[in-house]
Amino acid sequence: MRLRLIREIGAWLDERLQLGAPIRETMQHPIPRDTASWFYVFGSAAMTVFGLQLVTGILLALIYVPSAGEAWNSLQILNHQVSLGWFIRALHGWGSNFMVAIVLVHMVQVFLFGAYKFPRELTWILGIFLLLMTLGMAFTGQVLRFDQDAYWGLGIGASIASRVPIVGPAVVKLMLGGPIIAGATLSRFFALHVFVIPGSLMLFVALHVLLVVKVGINEWPMPGRLVRRADYREKYHALTHSQGVPFMPYGVWKDAVFSGAILLVIAACALYFGPFGPTGQPDPRVIQTAPRPDFFFLWLYALLSLLPPSLETPVLLIGPVIALIVLLALPFFSGEGEKSWKRRPIAVLTILLIAVALGTFTNLASHAPWSPVMDAWTGAPIPANFVSGRTPLQIQGALVFQSKQCHNCHALGEIGGKRGPALDAVAVRLTSDQLVRQVLQGGGNMPAYGKNLNPAETTALVAFLETLHPSGQAAARDASLRPGEQP
Amino acid sequence: MSDLSRRQMFMKIATLFNGVVGALLAIPIVRYVLSPVTRAGKPGYESWISLGSIDQFPSGETRLATYRNPVAQVSDGETADIPCWVRHVDDSTFQVFAINCAHLGCPVRWFPQSGLFMCPCHGGAYYSDGSRASGPPERGLFEYPFKILDGKLQIQAGELLTPGPSASTNSKRPPCACA
Repeated sequence: MRLRLIREIGAWLDERLQLGAPIRETMQHPIPRDTASWFYVFGSAAMTVFGLQLVTGILLALIYVPSAGEAWNSLQILNHQVSLGWFIRALHGWGSNFMVAIVLVHMVQVFLFGAYKFPRELTWILGIFLLLMTLGMAFTGQVLRFDQDAYWGLGIGASIASRVPIVGPAVVKLMLGGPIIAGATLSRFFALHVFVIPGSLMLFVALHVLLVVKVGINEWPMPGRLVRRADYREKYHALTHSQGVPFMPYGVWKDAVFSGAILLVIAACALYFGPFGPTGQPDPRVIQTAPRPDFFFLWLYALLSLLPPSLETPVLLIGPVIALIVLLALPFFSGEGEKSWKRRPIAVLTILLIAVALGTFTNLASHAPWSPVMDAWTGAPIPANFVSGRTPLQIQGALVFQSKQCHNCHALGEIGGKRGPALDAVAVRLTSDQLVRQVLQGGGNMPAYGKNLNPAETTALVAFLETLHPSGQAAARDASLRPGEQP
Repeated sequence: MSDLSRRQMFMKIATLFNGVVGALLAIPIVRYVLSPVTRAGKPGYESWISLGSIDQFPSGETRLATYRNPVAQVSDGETADIPCWVRHVDDSTFQVFAINCAHLGCPVRWFPQSGLFMCPCHGGAYYSDGSRASGPPERGLFEYPFKILDGKLQIQAGELLTPGPSASTNSKRPPCACA
C-alpha cells in the first residue's frame, strides 16, 4: 500500500519533470569493462568531498561573522561554545586538505592514463580550471580563518600582486578592497569563498561530469593501442558496446565505497586532530609572530625564500602563466598516440620530478632553515661543551655571541638559527683575521656588525670563535706566517 | 517581408535593446568594483597622522609606535591599528619605517643589541637606518614622510606599503623633504 503510494507520487513527478529516463540512461550507459577499476574513483571522491565542503561550509556560515573585528571571536565561539562547532570546523578544514590532495591525485591519474588526449581535451581543460578553483578555495578559506597567519598571508599576497608591472598597485587595492588589510578585505574574500568560487566550481563540475558521460570515460590504456583522431571514436564505440558493462552497478559501487572511505578518514582526522587554529588574533600590533602558510602552499613559501632576489619577480609573475599555458596546451600538442604510462617515460619522469620537487620544498618549508630563530639569543643557550674550559676572554666572546643575536642565524651544536652556516667548526674554515673581517664587514648574505661591536667586543667574539674547532683538528692559520708568529 | 523574417528582426532588436541596457548597467557596476582603485587617485588614502609627543622617542633609540589608519571602518576592528618603527636619529631628525618587510610584507622586529631589523618569514635583515643588510629584500625598509608639529611627531600614512615597482609614492620621497 505504502510502496504503491510512493510509486504513484514518483510517476506523478516524472510525468512533469521527465527526468527519470535520462537519469536511468546515464546510470546505465555502457563503460569499457576495464574502467570499472579502483584507479577510476578519484574524480567522484573529489566531488563527494566538495559536497562535504558545501554542507559543512553552510553550517559554519550559520555562526561565522565575516567582519575583521569579529571573525576571530566567532571562530573561538565555534571552537569552544557551540556544541560540536569544533568538529564541523575540523571537518571543513580536513575536507579542504583532502579535496586538494584528491584533485591532485585525480589529475596525476588522468595524466598518466593519457585521458587528456583526443577527444577529451575539453574535459582536461575544465579540470585545470577546477584545480585552480580548488586552490583558490584553499587560499580564500585560509583567509577566512582570520588569524595572524591569515593577516600576514594577505600581506604576502599583496606584496606579490604589487610586483605586476604597471597595474600592480591597482591590483593590490582591488585585492584588499581598500588601502590596507582590513574589514573590506575579509568581506571580499568571504564573497569569493562563499559565492563566486563555489558557484563557478559547481558549474564547472557539472560540465566536467557531463563531458565524462557524453564523450565516455577513458578506456584502460593498453601499451601499443594508439589514439588516432580518425578512428578513435569507432574503436571506443566497439569497446563499450561489444565488451562494455553498464556504469551502474559495475563502476559505481567502487566509487561509492572509496568516497565513503574518504569521508570516514576525513571524519577520523577531524576527530583525532581537531580543527586548524585559529592562531593569534589578527592584530597587526602583535608583531611577535612568524606567519606560515597552510600545507598546500608551503612549497611556495620555500620557493620565495630560496630564489635569488633578481629571479623572484619574473618567476612569480611569469612562472604561473607558463605553467598554465603548458597545462592548457597539453591535449593539443599531445592529443594522439600512446596512452599507457608504460610507454611514456617522459610523462612518468615529469610527474616524479614535480612530486620530488614539491615534496622537497614542502619538507624544507616545515623546517624553514632560512628564517632566523627570533628568540634563540634569549631562549637557546650555548651548549655547555662550547664554553667549558674557555678563558674569561673567550667566555666574554660567547656572551657577545648571544647578546648580539648571532645565535638567531648561526647554530652551535644543532641549536639556534640555520639562516647562516653552523659555527661548530668555523675556526677550521677561517683564520682569526678572516673572522674579524667577516664579523665587521659581513658579506655572503651576512650583515656587517662593524657599527654595533666595539673593539673589545670584537676581540672577545673572535677569541671565542677561534675555539670552535673539533678537538683533533687544528684551527686555520695564516699560511704566510710561521707557527706561533703574530701578524 | 515574410512573417518569419519580421520576427527575426524583432529578435535582433530585442537583443540589441538588452545589450544597450546591459552596457548601461555595466557602467555603475564597473565603477563600484573599481572604487578601491579610483578612490586612491582622487581623495587619496594618505593623510598626516600624529604618533604622539616626540618625548616618547628618546634620541638614538628605535621604538615601536602605532596609529589608527586614517581610512578605517568600525568593522575593521584591530586590523586598522597599524604599527611602525620610529628611529629618533638626533634633534629633529627621525626615520619612521613601515612594519612590513620590503620583501613580502611580514612584520620586521628591531634588535637594538645588534642594531638590526630582522624578518621572521624569509630572513631579510636591515641596518638601523633601514638600509638592506642581507636576505631576499631588494631594497631597504619603506619610510613614511614625517614632520614635527607642536612637539608631536606626524607621519604621512594610510596605505599598506608593498614592494611593487611603482608602489606608494612615499617610498621614493626622501625621508626629510617635508620636515
